[in-house]
Order: sequence, then C-alpha cells, then structure tokens
Amino acid sequence: MLRPFEIHEPATVQEGSRLLAHYGEDSSVYAGGTELIPVMKEGLAHFRHLVNIKTIPGLDGIRHERGRVQIGALATHRQIERSPVVLAQAPVLAQVAARVANLRVRNVGTLGGNLCFAEPHSDPAAVLLACGATLVLAHAGERRLPADAFFTGILQTARMPDEILVGVEVPAFGPGTGAAYERFATHERPTAGVAAVLMMDEGVIASARIVIGSVGPVPARAPEAEAMLAGQRPDPRLFRAAAETAGRRAEILEDLYGSADYKRHIVMMLAARALHAAAAQAGARVN
Amino acid sequence: MEAGAPSPGRVRIALTVNGRPVEVWIEPRELLLDVLRDRLGLTGAKRSCDVQVCGACTVLLDGQAVSACCTLAYEARGRRVLTIEGLAPDGRLHPLQEAFIEHAAVQCGFCTPGMILTAATLLDQVPAPTFEQVKAHLQGTLCRCTGYWKIIEAVVAAGRRMASVEAPR
Repeated sequence: MLRPFEIHEPATVQEGSRLLAHYGEDSSVYAGGTELIPVMKEGLAHFRHLVNIKTIPGLDGIRHERGRVQIGALATHRQIERSPVVLAQAPVLAQVAARVANLRVRNVGTLGGNLCFAEPHSDPAAVLLACGATLVLAHAGERRLPADAFFTGILQTARMPDEILVGVEVPAFGPGTGAAYERFATHERPTAGVAAVLMMDEGVIASARIVIGSVGPVPARAPEAEAMLAGQRPDPRLFRAAAETAGRRAEILEDLYGSADYKRHIVMMLAARALHAAAAQAGARVN
Repeated sequence: MEAGAPSPGRVRIALTVNGRPVEVWIEPRELLLDVLRDRLGLTGAKRSCDVQVCGACTVLLDGQAVSACCTLAYEARGRRVLTIEGLAPDGRLHPLQEAFIEHAAVQCGFCTPGMILTAATLLDQVPAPTFEQVKAHLQGTLCRCTGYWKIIEAVVAAGRRMASVEAPR
C-alpha cells in the first residue's frame, strides 16, 4: 500500500506552479503516473502532495505552427504515435512513441513525464535531442530551453521545482531531412539507442546530428562523428567510420543492462544503422 | 451500489464499472486493482508483476488498456471501467473468448483476462488484424505457458469472425 498523499487539482499552470512552490520537496507533479506511481509503490520516493496537472486544460494538444511541431507535455505516447501532424511533419517521433515500454504505459504515460523523470534509458529523450527540440517550462512566466540543456544527470533535469514542463517543440522536417532511431531492448526500457538526423543538400550531407541515448547518464551528441559527416556524400564506409567514432567517444556507464564494452559495441552497430536509415529517409543514395 | 465508508482523507468517486454506475469512497493512494478486486469483488484482473510490465492486471479505462496495478483508483472518477467480467455481460461469450477456447489459447489462465481485453482494444481499431498486427499489439502482455502462438491465432480468428459478421451483406 502506498503511503498517504493528497492530490491537488490546479486549473492553471500558474496555480500548479504555486502549489509546487508552496509544498516544495514534499510535492511532485503528477501526470500519467507511469513513472511516479511505481517509484512510490516501491517506496523509493514519497511525496505527500501530488499536483495533478491533467486538470489544467490545453496541455495535451499537438499542432503544426510556424514551421514547428508543438507537442503538449500531457500528450501520451499513444497520442503522439497516432497524431496525423506528427506522422506528416516529424514521423520519427511517432515511430519512437510506438516503441515506448508497452501499450498500457503508452496509453497513459506522457511525453512530459518521460522527459522530466529523466530515467537515462529513454527513447524519446535521445530522439528529441537529435531533432533539435526546445522544451517550454512555465511557472509565473515561461522559459524555453534547448533539449541539450535540459538533461543534467541521472533522474535530474534543469527544471526548477516550481516549474511545469508544458510543451516540446521540434522543427518540422523539410525536404531533404531524414531522421531515424535505432535501438536495442530486451526489457521495457532500452539498453541502447542512437538517433540520427541528416540534412541533405544536393546529395551532400549539409549537417548531421547524432545522439546516443540510454547508455550514459544523459542522452548526448556525438560531435566528432557529426563533424566527420558534414560536407560529405553518404557512403557506407564513412557511415561505419562515423559510427565507430561515435561509439568510441561516448560516455557509457556499466549497469544492469550490460557492461560498458558490450554497450559500446551495440552503440556502434546502432549508429551505423541509424545513419543508413536517416539517409534513406532523406531520399539520399548511399554508395 | 456504494462501497466503503466515509472517513477523513477519503473522497467519493462515481464511475461506471462494466456498464453499471458505481460510487465508492476511496483514499487517493488506493490503486484501481485493489478497489476492483477487494472492494467490488471483481477478481478477473490479476495482480502479478505489480510494476505494469506483465499485463495480467489489464482493465480498460474509457476503452484503453491500462495496468490497474499502477493506476490510482482516483483516475477512474467519471470514467468507464471494463474488466473481463463485463465482456460477456449477458452470459454469451465474446467472440474472443470463444476463439480462445477453440484454439486452446488458455493454459493456466492467469494472463487470459488481460490478453483478451488487450486484444479487444485492437479489434476495436483494426477489424480482422493480421498475425503480425496481433503480435505487435500484444507485445508487453506476458504469458508464461502457451508460447503465444495459439493466443495470436485465436485473436486473428476472432477478428475474422467479427469482421465477417459485421460486414454489410
């Protein structure tokens, strides 16, 4: 049995933020609950005040505006998986949402909750980083943070205690942009995942973003590998070399999912696959 | 029907369980699985892994599969809950239940309520799904006896039967 707590039902983000400020460390945002409730059941954390942000209207919408896909923090993985807007403008996000945990978690679990819990083995985190996502955090006011700056450690983010993540914005993919996510998972959460986004210009890789997820404390870019690709034509040997560099330079922690060496090998394989898949998505010839 | 007694910290929620209106006093910390099993006597949903991994506790909340073991009963306020007991309310088996029997898709039976309810949400969206579609949908609903093959075949068969019955003539 869980220890007792009270559930608060704010009507606005500002009210929710005030409740979080008032109750401080004794409170937690409560949304889908797929991360929070198991943790509280296990007794790993306890909060006497849950601030249920699902009573705040308008935080679960998915829109395409001014060249950006805006996903409300309360959008569930299932909503994202089936959203016509996401499927048209940033299909990789739908593909990733469809693979999170299991159907029951996807039906209830929210994108915002997945990101704010900051469990390192997260599929959406790596992909959003690769897509150049911006996170919108609100309290009395609002601030926008690049996804790169949001994740600060295992289960730690740059979100202030009285801030509520209200949405995530991703630039809509233009023609010539390809994105892919490859992962290896034997459990609910992935052992390793690599996201790649390639922007092609007349057969040349104008820019590349590679993000390695799940293996380190936070999802991380692979800048050396990205630099190897910029200005080059897609080529299997180039992709293999970039993937090996990405794996070699990655910060990888040993945990219950496997040893660092094991995961490094998997990261190299996944990075090569992700680059090939991203190039194919961008309509590029790889030869 | 009304279950439980008012006491400090408790809240009264109204919901629909298997088509019947129910009012129940709950504490915010109470889990939907406990309320269904211990308070309302609906023991079809099973407690197994208790960490939303196995699917044995699956019930449908407004038609969507959820893990009742990790869902606060509070979340069911004003909503429709369907448990396996509600799938064949008039005593006539649902086509999925018939197909599970015909295909011997049940061994110990512990996962069966969750399997059938999860499969029902697929048939709601995809009439006559393929073997691969069923397999993908049931991923994360675990069975330790059957090896899944007969379960998937049963769902495919039920889908075909339902689609042929529902198709306009």
